[in-house]
Amino acid sequence: MTTAQQPEVSLEMAREFGLSEGEYNSALEILGRKPTYTELGIISVMWSEHCSYKSSKKWLMTLPTTGPQVICGPGENAGVVDAGDGDAIIFKMESHNHPSYIEPFQGAATGVGGILRDVFTMGARPIANMNALRFGSPEHPKTRHLVSGVVAGIAHYGNCVGVPTIGGETNFHPAYNGNILVNAMTVGVAKADRIFYSAAAGIGNPVVYVGSKTGRDGIHGATMASAEFSEDSEEKRPTVQVGDPFTEKLLIEACLELMETDAIVAIQDMGAAGLTSSSVEMAGKGGLGIELVLDDVPMREEGMTPYEIMLSESQERMLIILKPGREEVAKAIFDKWELDFAVIGTLTDTGKLVIKMHGQTWCDMPIAPVSNASPLYDRPWEPTPAAAELEDAVRVLPADRTLGEILEKIVSCPDQASKRWIWEQYDSLVNGDTRYMSGQADAGVVRLPGQTKGIAVTTDCTPRYCLADPVRGGAQAVAEAYRNLSAVGALPLAVTDNMNFGNPEKPRIMGQFVGAIQGMADACRALDFPVVSGNVSLYNETNGEAILPTPAIGAVGLLPDALIAVGIAFRNEGDTILLVGEGTGHLGQSLYLREILGREDGPPPPVDLAVERRNGEFVRGLIAEGLVVSSHDIQDGGLLVTVAEMAMAGGVGAALTGLDGADAGVLFGEDQGRYVLAVRAENAAAVQEKAKAAGVPVSVLGKTNGTALTGRGGEAITIARLKKANEAWLPGYMAAAE
Amino acid sequence: MKAAVIVFPGSNRERDAVAALEAASGTKPHLVWHRDTELPKVDLILVPGGFSYGDYLRSGAMAAHSPIMREVKARADQGVRVLGICNGFQIITEAGLLPGALMRNAKLKFICRTVHLRVENTDSPFTAKYRKGQIVRYPVAHGDGNYWTDAETVKRLDGEGQVAFRYVSDEGSADPRWNPNDWNPNGSLDSIAGIFNAKRTVLGLMPHPEDAVSAFHGNTDGKPMFDGLVEALS
Repeated sequence: MTTAQQPEVSLEMAREFGLSEGEYNSALEILGRKPTYTELGIISVMWSEHCSYKSSKKWLMTLPTTGPQVICGPGENAGVVDAGDGDAIIFKMESHNHPSYIEPFQGAATGVGGILRDVFTMGARPIANMNALRFGSPEHPKTRHLVSGVVAGIAHYGNCVGVPTIGGETNFHPAYNGNILVNAMTVGVAKADRIFYSAAAGIGNPVVYVGSKTGRDGIHGATMASAEFSEDSEEKRPTVQVGDPFTEKLLIEACLELMETDAIVAIQDMGAAGLTSSSVEMAGKGGLGIELVLDDVPMREEGMTPYEIMLSESQERMLIILKPGREEVAKAIFDKWELDFAVIGTLTDTGKLVIKMHGQTWCDMPIAPVSNASPLYDRPWEPTPAAAELEDAVRVLPADRTLGEILEKIVSCPDQASKRWIWEQYDSLVNGDTRYMSGQADAGVVRLPGQTKGIAVTTDCTPRYCLADPVRGGAQAVAEAYRNLSAVGALPLAVTDNMNFGNPEKPRIMGQFVGAIQGMADACRALDFPVVSGNVSLYNETNGEAILPTPAIGAVGLLPDALIAVGIAFRNEGDTILLVGEGTGHLGQSLYLREILGREDGPPPPVDLAVERRNGEFVRGLIAEGLVVSSHDIQDGGLLVTVAEMAMAGGVGAALTGLDGADAGVLFGEDQGRYVLAVRAENAAAVQEKAKAAGVPVSVLGKTNGTALTGRGGEAITIARLKKANEAWLPGYMAAAE
Repeated sequence: MKAAVIVFPGSNRERDAVAALEAASGTKPHLVWHRDTELPKVDLILVPGGFSYGDYLRSGAMAAHSPIMREVKARADQGVRVLGICNGFQIITEAGLLPGALMRNAKLKFICRTVHLRVENTDSPFTAKYRKGQIVRYPVAHGDGNYWTDAETVKRLDGEGQVAFRYVSDEGSADPRWNPNDWNPNGSLDSIAGIFNAKRTVLGLMPHPEDAVSAFHGNTDGKPMFDGLVEALS
């Protein structure tokens, strides 16, 4: 085979491509010769951490992934769960961390585009987007620029494609100064008997390329995402892709229209490593070979080499295997939507990836041996040492501050302050199916198009807990997602995970990963809450400084009727406020500790999974019976912050009883498995009876009343004051840049 | 009432519009592809929101030259009612059915929130079911909603009753010089949110009445617009 015009391959070049010496030697062994330049490029992306999961796979396999509700677990483009009545919910969360740090607007925008394609490639119409963002310290000189660019990028893409962005979370911590996290999630709906998979079938079937043209953008993006950052990372800007949401919108409509016909055998988007991973994965899953003629690939630039075409990460492209003879039907649809359509190859029985261009062969290698030889590592790991318990004195409230001052400080700290400045840049209402969006309920709620049935969506993770105790932190992230879905009344169905960690070659970091997986696996099992899709982002380190371990959990729940969903806002005067669950006043790793005492120590709160399940079932039952007016789980900031958020959301205050002797642990402890509910006064006794019968501890906190929080030492903390503090921080912070 | 909803590449609120029209009239509207050159016989043409052609040129500028727009203009000349919402307002303004232009929001950011509007003129099928001066709540979701026109035109719009809606505070003030609570979300001249043509047969507005028509939306303030159209045009 000819290798004309291709640079000579060497071990040194392999290293530049991110392969180790051992990996390069395996490549030589499999091929029985030196790979060509194009082959080396393909092998290096197939074996990159990003595509091969070589450090994480051993542990990901331990997560529970099955259940009666699961139609398709991990391994496809996204996970699929059964929503009843022949409906399927398809969802996934994915990171775009490295590109978003280098070029925040395009990095975040293309992150949204990529996750949308993962979902609609399986036949689903996307109906909701969420995002989980972590930025560095607000004082860091880059943070403002990154917040501004990431949010504008997400808005640019999500708004144009017409998918509502209904929620998410945003945290700030110095550990993200050099590596921000941009985790985007898409949820779609399909008919359970019309789901499209990626395994190619049918020797001789045409391989079709649709969507945007291929350019030189994003070459070796997957390799970039598999290495630590250093000071010169900004020189990597050319590897960041550019998104075109208008083309994506056309691609969604065209693909869904084609899916209405019976022309498709298999379909996959061209994501990381573009044409390489889509063609290799589709052929590999089908046990077939694939031959591509790159002259036929629609190209945006002149003089592109096979290497560049195979590794380009140009956006808004899909690869489709059609049934024979259906090319004209398919082409007519893509013509209507003014998108490129090209037959670029065929499926073969050789088991090989063959790439031709200009009449020459540039790659001729067996798929299965290369895929199967993709390295798997059992990296050494160290468990995270247990944090020392806090001293009892920490529970004594400071004498020099009023409760109002403490509360004001916590609700205005960067993690807890209102993110309105962010979410108002997202179209949360398009499609007219949004019931609850950011700030209104513990989970976003949309109804399925044309139906009354709804789904609830949440993203959760408390990285400070995960740093102190990865096992507990992993379990807590899953438990909080379960709680947020239960708090709106939705039955938790399944989870997608987005594992963001530092360099796995360091045993301490690998130990965080292993611990988080263990905690997540325990929680998913105990809560019947399987993992159906996910993504791993490692090497989130700059100059040796790792991010906080951040196993972000995205989760979806089902509502038989979206209208039964309950938000957090207090709605009426005189409702009875109830506390569901009980705690010991756990202040370790709490916001109170960090914001008021300036400490970030102690163990995170323990998670009792049996209690989580029991209390969640209890709250869902009450909501299904229509007994709950307002509902909010207790999380960051503890009980008093939770009540304050309910008051701020509804503009109705609360008269709280029995707080006179309460210490900081009672008021601000972050014990898990708890909810604050407001119920009509006439239903309070019945709810307490039900709690007794279910063995759930429920106590009366007071009643909704007036325009302030009252009940302790005569101090009235007005909602207006809290709201001002809560709303002012982010716009004030961002305005300082403008 | 028979209605047509025009779909451009990049339209994304056509389903919201269809749902609102169908709920009010009991009849499914026709969806008309932008490359079509003929319209069915209808009483109302709705140009929906979205990002036609990605809005990569000026918002609405490309769509205004789509083949179907010649027919839309011809029907509008014959008195068929035309409702342009958000990107639809931008498109029909670019097409010359309404005066003025929609510029980038004053704060240069896309904004999605519920705003207060004052109904300025009820002498049209679009607004007949409201009271003059009534304060209503509609959501907005746009990046280019900053209405501008020359001083002479704005005087004429005001004098001839062509201003349909103004952004106001929840107390109902429309003084554009007093804007402490950001109630004019985009910096529109004279707080203008929506305008009629001279005959009040064409309405363009940035806010979305179609996303405020049911208990599910938690807001029914947009419903009288569709009910009014059905009553007048059936």
